Order: sequence, then C-alpha cells, then structure tokens
Amino acid sequence: MGFLDRIFRQTTKSADTAKERLQFVLAHDRSDISTETLEILKDEIVNVISNYVEIDREHVEVTITTDANISRLVANIPVLNTRRPRAPRRESARQAARPARAVRTKS
Amino acid sequence: MGLVVTITSGKGGVGKTTATANLGVALARRGQRIACVDADIGLRNLDVVMGLENRIVYDLLDVIEGRAKLRQALIKDKRLPELQLLPAAQKRDKTALTDKQMIKLCDDLRKDFDFILIDSPAGIEGGFKYSVAPADQVLIIATPEVSSVRDADRVIGLVEAQEKPQPRLIINRMRPSMVKRGEMLDTADVLEILSIELIGIVPEDEAIITSTNKGHPVALEDHSPSGAAFTRIAQRMLGEPVPFQVLDDSTGLFNRLSRIFQR
Repeated sequence: MGFLDRIFRQTTKSADTAKERLQFVLAHDRSDISTETLEILKDEIVNVISNYVEIDREHVEVTITTDANISRLVANIPVLNTRRPRAPRRESARQAARPARAVRTKS
Repeated sequence: MGLVVTITSGKGGVGKTTATANLGVALARRGQRIACVDADIGLRNLDVVMGLENRIVYDLLDVIEGRAKLRQALIKDKRLPELQLLPAAQKRDKTALTDKQMIKLCDDLRKDFDFILIDSPAGIEGGFKYSVAPADQVLIIATPEVSSVRDADRVIGLVEAQEKPQPRLIINRMRPSMVKRGEMLDTADVLEILSIELIGIVPEDEAIITSTNKGHPVALEDHSPSGAAFTRIAQRMLGEPVPFQVLDDSTGLFNRLSRIFQR
C-alpha cells in the first residue's frame, strides 16, 4: 500500500488497521523480555544516563521492536540539560531530597 | 517409511479438523496410504467430520495402553480404500498421553502408511506438544483474522523451538470479496507478518458446512472451491508444482503474491 494511497484514501480500511495492530502485538509477543524486565532495564538505563545528563524521567520510552530478522532496543530519552549534575544521582529518593539543586541546574 | 504431518493452529475453530479430513481424502484419492490420527483426546471430532463415527470400536489410547492392536483400532473408510482413521479417546483427557508414546505410535504407523496426518488439539499445552513431537512436517492453519494470525505466530515460534523444519501455512476461510474491499487481511499481509512459506489458500465455502453436516468431506469431489483448494494443497504436499490460484478476480492479490514469489 503506497504512501499516496494512504493520503488520498478517505478512511482507513479495517484490513490495514488489522495489519498494523498485529505488527504491534507481535513485536511484543516475539520479544523474550518480559514487561517487568523491561521496566527494570528502563530504570537502570535512566539512572546511568542521569549520572551524566539531566533527563526528563517522565517521558522516557524504552521498547523492543522485532522485525523478521532483527530485534531492536529503542530508547527515547528526552534530555533537559546536557550539563552534568555535580554528583551522581542514583535513587529518586535522594533526588527528591535536593529539589533546590535540581531547579538551579535547569536555569 | 511414511511421513508424519501435524496440522495445528494455536487458536481453536480455524479448521484443523476439516483440513486434516480433507487433506487425508485428497491424498488418498491420489493413491497415497493415509492414516488420519485424531489427537484431540476428550474432544473427539475428526470421526464425525469424516463420517466414520458409527464404526469406532477402539481408540488411540486403547492402542497405547495395550487393549487393542493398531489394525483393530484403525477404521477403514469404505469410500477410499487407502484412507484410515485412528480416533481419539473421548472419555479421557490429554494428560493420558506423552510425547514418547505418540512418537512410538507414529513410528508403528510409518510402516504401513505413506502419510500420517495428526489433527492437533487447539492450544499450546500438552496436547499440542505430543502432536508436534512426532512430526516430520508441520502445517499451520490460520484464518485472515487478527486473533488467528497472532496465535499462529506463537505456534510457529514453538514449533521452531522444537527444532522442527519451518512449518508451512494454510490460510483458511479467505473471502476474496472482503479482501478486495480492504476489509480482510490478504495473503501477502499474512505472509509478511508470519514470514513462513505458504502451502495453500482455502476460500470460505458453505459447502464445508453442508459436507460436515453429512460427514462427507468436500475433497471427495472436485466441484466445490474448498475441495479443489484442499486437493491443490495435497498435490503440493506430494511435491507437484501447482501454481497458486487467484481467488476471485482480485488482481491486487495476484500482483502482490507474484511479487512475493519473485523474491
């Protein structure tokens, strides 16, 4: 189905919807990593990166996509500030305890 | 030595039993010696689809557990001398059978038949596992619907994990008119998603219902679209190069299919 077909078609046909939905659920089904493992992985990635740049923790997305031959770990991590925080921040509790500093680095 | 072919799907109600009966009939009509094995213990149905339910004396578990010899339990189809059925036990459950027992049973059947067709139960539990364990080849059957294709994908993964050769796909209950309107996944979509080899496409056909009502599989005659489709699959199982037919006049389907086979 070509790009132009999609643009000029008035409504999406249900077969196309079916195909897209299938590709999405299968990408998930085919990965060996469970949702829990993926959450832990995401937390660890976030913590490591936070040691170097300040990131928007609320909007981090970590997913696994699988095509016929290859699986990909895709991480979308919005960076707030490329300046490195002075001390590594490992736990969110510690972060919450120092709100003043967090505000300062943003400005 | 006969070849063991397991027909499975994951999802129930997509046509495993109908496919097993009709492939058995189509292969037997071409002179092959066929044993159809109903592996759905507790939910026996291949017998009624084949129209042999009144002639059951012994079943698969009677053979496994030594109460009957194979030749006593096998039911000969009077319409086709080469076709026989080994019915499932109806009053037991799937825990009564192990992978090893099923492999042994099939090894015995291989001596007297060209093909042993195993009608797998739905699901991915024990019944599925003992059905796939003895298989030389696996045929996956799916309808062009989201739930069926998803389950087929799961089953393909499980079959490959058992180190079987890559299964081949039967797409069942295809409706060319809906495909044409863009309201049903077409063959190319399903093949792209599942990325396995196609062995046949069976159109949706009312003749399946009437033939099952009568216990007279469609493949016994040539006139129904579904019977002809099962016959073509049987020919491909025998290695005959049968071109894939264009269902209806949907040129889109043909073009996309031919694109796939040019790769």
